[in-house]
Amino acid sequence: MMVPATEAVGAASIPAKRGALRRILDMLGVQNVSLLIALAVLVAFIGSQNSNFFYSSNIATVGTTVAIVGILAVIQTVVMLLGGLDISVSSQAGLTSVVSAMVFTASHSALAGIATAFVVGLATGLLNGVIIVYGRVNAVIATLATLAAYRGLANLISNGRAQGYVGVDQVFIFLARGTLAGIPVLIWILALVALVTQLLLHYTDIGRNIYAVGGNATAARLAGIPLNRYILGVYVLCGLVSALAGILLTARTGSGQPTSGSQGLELQCITAAALGGCSMQGGKGTIVGTILAVILLGVLQNGLIILDVNSFWQDIAQGALLVIAVVIQQRRSGARSVGLPA
Amino acid sequence: MNQQSAAPVLIMTGVSKRFAGVQALKEVSLSAHAGEVLALMGENGAGKSTLLKVMTGNYIPDAGQIMIDGAPVHLTTPGDARRLGIRVVPQEPEIIPYVSVAENIYAGALPTRGRLFNRAALRARVAADIERSGFSGMIDPDQLGNTLSPAQRQIVEILRALSGPLRVLAFDEPTSSLSDHEADSLFRLIARLTDSGVAVIYVSHRMKEILRIATRVLVLRDGQTVGVRPARETSESELVRLMVGRDLSALYHRSARQPGAVVLSVDKISSADIHDVTFTVRSGEVVVLAGLVGAGRTELARAIIGDVPITAGQIRMDGKVLHLASPRDAVRAGLCLAPEERKAQALLMKRSVRDNISLAVLQSLSRWHIIRRGAERRLAAESVAALHIRTPSLEQEVATLSGGNQQKTVLARWLARQSRLMILDEPTRGVDVGAKADIYAIIDRLASAGAAILVISSELPEVLGLADRIVVMQHGTVSGTLDRADATEEKILSLAILERAA
Repeated sequence: MMVPATEAVGAASIPAKRGALRRILDMLGVQNVSLLIALAVLVAFIGSQNSNFFYSSNIATVGTTVAIVGILAVIQTVVMLLGGLDISVSSQAGLTSVVSAMVFTASHSALAGIATAFVVGLATGLLNGVIIVYGRVNAVIATLATLAAYRGLANLISNGRAQGYVGVDQVFIFLARGTLAGIPVLIWILALVALVTQLLLHYTDIGRNIYAVGGNATAARLAGIPLNRYILGVYVLCGLVSALAGILLTARTGSGQPTSGSQGLELQCITAAALGGCSMQGGKGTIVGTILAVILLGVLQNGLIILDVNSFWQDIAQGALLVIAVVIQQRRSGARSVGLPA
Repeated sequence: MNQQSAAPVLIMTGVSKRFAGVQALKEVSLSAHAGEVLALMGENGAGKSTLLKVMTGNYIPDAGQIMIDGAPVHLTTPGDARRLGIRVVPQEPEIIPYVSVAENIYAGALPTRGRLFNRAALRARVAADIERSGFSGMIDPDQLGNTLSPAQRQIVEILRALSGPLRVLAFDEPTSSLSDHEADSLFRLIARLTDSGVAVIYVSHRMKEILRIATRVLVLRDGQTVGVRPARETSESELVRLMVGRDLSALYHRSARQPGAVVLSVDKISSADIHDVTFTVRSGEVVVLAGLVGAGRTELARAIIGDVPITAGQIRMDGKVLHLASPRDAVRAGLCLAPEERKAQALLMKRSVRDNISLAVLQSLSRWHIIRRGAERRLAAESVAALHIRTPSLEQEVATLSGGNQQKTVLARWLARQSRLMILDEPTRGVDVGAKADIYAIIDRLASAGAAILVISSELPEVLGLADRIVVMQHGTVSGTLDRADATEEKILSLAILERAA
């Protein structure tokens, strides 16, 4: 998909394969096909401006940069399917990054650092869920509050500075720079997280119930699905995946980072999920769509760097894309322009 | 309510309105004269609300003419009706909380001085309005919307209606949330309005007050006018007789079945909205909960299903006391509820027929949480065939199906669960006639197979057609129980609306 089809081939093949095309369209969904077309156009444009884009080293760079935001986008998709949102993923990642590095420094054990990070992620995720379910706080407000609080905590325990140096440990080196079958470990981790989530959503009763809770909470409740357990469970899962992101962040930068590297990930992963077709009201979205959107965003970011565009434009592009994605979603669902959106 | 001027203010002739498959109004004619109170009666679904909505421009009729002061008018928006002086005080007043009564009344037309909001002028105006309409001492212009009592909320709606030109004022069941004392104030206001030449239209189920304040009574049944009677020359029994009497018996099929052991026994239960309710449902029996909308039937269903906590009494299933903390416990105990609002409360509209049918049995269709897709598809296919769900495929999005097929999908979900007791809240609401007959047949089949069925229905012919036993509710409690053999529409309606001797 990196090489755009030439016009001649495209024009010749379309009439002959209408049936097959239709089938592919139905299978992938309009949303995903739009994403693929956008990706193809973007790749063609960047590639035509600077052929360095196609170097395999550059493609690997795109892959490893999107890995962390990718796993967060995958879990954000699950949270959004349930009808929630987790803005605090980035500060959960920052906090767990610092914790993993500090525990590693104290214990000289990468596994101890990683395990502690997961325990912290479990706790922060659980706290989010408890605030939302038992405090009756809207998910946006609750995780906006913990976004600030967890970041504050990360800065507090680290004094606002990078912690430890893990660049000498084999485990962290393997996570950050290792390869399996020629493909970076980071990309393997993203693929694994995406695959497991996809299987969970589509082949288990748990996944179906997540769609049900987000699609119609009353119907789900009357059908005997324990709503609170699902909400708490998904936020805990989100905390654990954020911890994984934090550990990878530590591995990539070589030290525990309270804010650098994680700040802004919440915007990126929510943008990816929305662009991938997740509904803000819950119950609608796919992992495939989210992954395509993650790749699209990664290519865009990389392209802007390669083409030497002022990096502040990246934030503007991110924000604009999030708005555009949601506008398209809402318009397609037939929302009327009256009052505040649901 | 005394003299009746010669020319009617509002005349509606031959008004018809049809919604998907349902003829809500059929050639209804009505005239409202200045200075009279015209009461509108009819059982639930007779077309009273639709008629009011046509009057206020919320619905555009398919046929018929509306005239104000003898001139034909076209009401296409609520604004049109408002400008012509036709207003409705809705049953549930729309009040903006945390905003003063004065601003609530003049919302959208606040007095200004230059570009600034003129609070003093507004207060003075509202104080004068309150004085003039006789509500002095009953409401304060500065009171906030969220602190108003039901009667005060209605006063706000009345004052809103009085704030513009007013020729016709309709009340939709105004006394349902009022105390006797508050109702008396309302009747005095209505008398003052009619004295000043306003035509009042009064929708209510309460016989006594209708006979007390109305000039004439118009009775609707199945969207048609069945009679107009001068209030002085009619009686409660005549009005009840006019309201009932539909024949839909051809739709019902019932097998000979013998009720078995008691499955559900509800013993003196109370919740926030119901009190002291007792009844039983036996295996192989269809019990219908009848009563007016708002009599507490849905609230009772929600209490039985564990959706709202019960504050007193016991629910027993097969003789064992149930302690239900949530609908989950109820589902596990073999109870289920198909709610009235199926789109909002029962269906996953954006998911497939298959997903919707299997929702309550996913766990048993799964091994180690992995859904056995073949088994799931078989279940869905069998349900679609057994219940005649018309759908292009199992993967069809439920939102695209008709109301009847959506309802059958909900029934399929609970059939799959093999619930011992099914509560069906208005199972044929918004369903076309063909699907209605199908749903009645499904209910009959379930009962014959030994299920205990509790149906909530507001349509009297449906109540009589389905029920082995009828439990009638009024004001949150049971007002009477009738056996199929001696139930008539008159008896049910009497139990539902007539005030009982204390």
